[in-house]
Amino acid sequence: MSTLAPTGAPPAAGTSRGPGRRRRIALVPTVTLLLGALYCLLPVAWVVIASTKSGSELFSTFTFWPGTGFAENLSDLGAYRDGVYWQWMGNSALYAGLGALLSTCVSAVSGYALATYRFRGREALFNVLLAGVLMPPVILAVPQYLLLAQADLTDSHLSVLLPQILSPYGVYLARIYAAAAVPADVVEAGRMDGAGEWRIFTRVALPMMLPGLVTVFLFQFVAIWNNFLLPYIMLSDDEKFPITLGLYTLLEQGASTPALYTLVITGAFLAVFPLVALFLVIQRFWSLDLLSGAVKS
Amino acid sequence: MPYTKHRRLVGTAVAVTLGASALAACGSSSDDDGEARSGPVSLTYWTWTPGMDKVVDLWNKGPGKKEQITVTVKKQASGDTLVTKILTAHKAGKAPDLVQAEYQALPTLVSNDALADIGDAVGDAKSRFAEGVWQQTTLGTDAVYAVPQDIGPMMFYYREDLFKEYGLTVPATWDEFAETARKLKKAAPDKDLTTFSANDSGLFAGLAQQAGARWWTTSGDRWKVGIDDEATKKVAEFWGGLVAEGAVDNQPMYTPAWNKALNTGKQIAWVSAVWAPGTLTTAAPDTKGKWAMAPLPQWTGGESSTGSWGGSSTAVTTDSANKDAAAKFAAWLNTDGEALNALAKESGIYPASTSAQLSGAFTNPPEYFANQPDFYDKAADIAKTTAPSAWGPNVNVAYTTFKDAFGAAAKNKSDFTAALDAMQRDTVADLKKQGFGVAE
Repeated sequence: MSTLAPTGAPPAAGTSRGPGRRRRIALVPTVTLLLGALYCLLPVAWVVIASTKSGSELFSTFTFWPGTGFAENLSDLGAYRDGVYWQWMGNSALYAGLGALLSTCVSAVSGYALATYRFRGREALFNVLLAGVLMPPVILAVPQYLLLAQADLTDSHLSVLLPQILSPYGVYLARIYAAAAVPADVVEAGRMDGAGEWRIFTRVALPMMLPGLVTVFLFQFVAIWNNFLLPYIMLSDDEKFPITLGLYTLLEQGASTPALYTLVITGAFLAVFPLVALFLVIQRFWSLDLLSGAVKS
Repeated sequence: MPYTKHRRLVGTAVAVTLGASALAACGSSSDDDGEARSGPVSLTYWTWTPGMDKVVDLWNKGPGKKEQITVTVKKQASGDTLVTKILTAHKAGKAPDLVQAEYQALPTLVSNDALADIGDAVGDAKSRFAEGVWQQTTLGTDAVYAVPQDIGPMMFYYREDLFKEYGLTVPATWDEFAETARKLKKAAPDKDLTTFSANDSGLFAGLAQQAGARWWTTSGDRWKVGIDDEATKKVAEFWGGLVAEGAVDNQPMYTPAWNKALNTGKQIAWVSAVWAPGTLTTAAPDTKGKWAMAPLPQWTGGESSTGSWGGSSTAVTTDSANKDAAAKFAAWLNTDGEALNALAKESGIYPASTSAQLSGAFTNPPEYFANQPDFYDKAADIAKTTAPSAWGPNVNVAYTTFKDAFGAAAKNKSDFTAALDAMQRDTVADLKKQGFGVAE
């Protein structure tokens, strides 16, 4: 699923510079990049093609030759445990959508505060955050489980949402972005005009930070969508599972039961769509580049 | 016989069951199980068996309704990760009432004090199971930690048509097995009798079990690890030799390539277990009706002994507030005729209960083996010959090392005994690290 991420990203802003210079195609980098693209796209192509194969075609026909079982796979997937797959899809959308939204809000507020206000311990706080960025979230899953168990929140939707709301990386990104995009002069001008701090934040700073926040949102969305260990430890009821976990239960059915490969492949294929759609929709916010020009430098 | 850590844990388990006040005070469960229970009880059950919710419905509408015990299935993914999940939940005192556990995971769960002794509630179920199966749930103590659910007695599967074509006979001993592999290689160099899969630790453990290996035993209050014992060495050298001379393939099982090899007849036999028909149905759909099943080759002619690959049990956790009710359900699930029939039909398991192995769903052969009408009669006979197994508290470590060490050895066609030594070394080292006493 995550392999799609690079394809959705727009080209970096700086690449189309220098219109007057003659452009030569550099052979080695081009070939290298093409190979890289192939490397990333082949598995995706495999999933797309394999999802069209029926159980008997899956391993017996040529790998990149489409099969005839797509409709059947779809209906089997929909019928599995009375359509629990769509429930997983809905759960994933809830965890990733709401989780990323809340996480973006928290990141925006804290990032802005860290960038704009000077207070005691600011750098210390920021350094702790930086350490948090370096800490892989995986190792926090078990302590978080034990913590939430104390509050009797395990095996609930909240148990997956809550730990993902604070994202050190999101706060870090928001701070960097706020520092670059929201000039101190603009904030000062707002104060001069009598606006309250909250009003300055929501009406002035937030629009300026928007492209950065979209990035934070996307990062968090993809991270939560692909997250496995946290929901794995937190949830025991398979109707609350996100899609990653649900597909895993289809694979691991016990030694005596064959894995439901066709369903897993079709399920993985469908699970890519929301991510692709999200990238396509949100991409345009990136080009809404910086309401720069508020102040002259 | 019991070892210290074990005995202490058994003591704790008993104390919990008796409702010792000190423990009850800090645990979350207020009232303990037993006769004092009044009103309806609801239990949660972690299982990976497909279709288990339908079987549990039978309980909830039948005996469970009468007893006011409702069971809710929470479907899980199987494997070692589930053991970790159970232990994590147990650490927080939130493990479900009932869990499904593979036999080799029971010592791990028991040594972490996660499983309750349900001997009093299910003790008389013992007669329903083969001795070697039941022994796995007691861990050689007087306690009972689980009720056996399904088993995986190992068998030899072969392509009947191709065996005839190449003039091969079904090997009765492992020596004949090796001869058969060589003969096939001579007749058709591009074909293999089978493969040695370094991915499937359970298969190797089953083969060693058949040869009489006992990997984990206790002496006094210490564990004794016998992974490099004579029996296992014999098995390792046998397969290592076949791989080195190229008589069998060295590629792992359960890969697309392996499926293809079975489906196209590039590999014409498979050492597997009673559940093989299900796997073959998806792996080799084109060869339906061309396979036959026979007992596993023996180390000494005239003997009959087999190992097991797979199989699981139903256990009650120490976190459960209603252990007696949970134990009652576990016993019903795995001994009641109606329940076992439903398990066979909905979940496709091969029951551990001997009475169920020949009734209901098992009167006809599996669809894939329609050509062998007495499939399940044979299977039941083979199941009776299952050699005892001996699991310890760190099977996962031994299995991981198996995959690494034997994976490399099979790939390089090098010495399997060195890989076995590595497995022994790692397992002993890990036991020591975990704080168990180890007898050298």
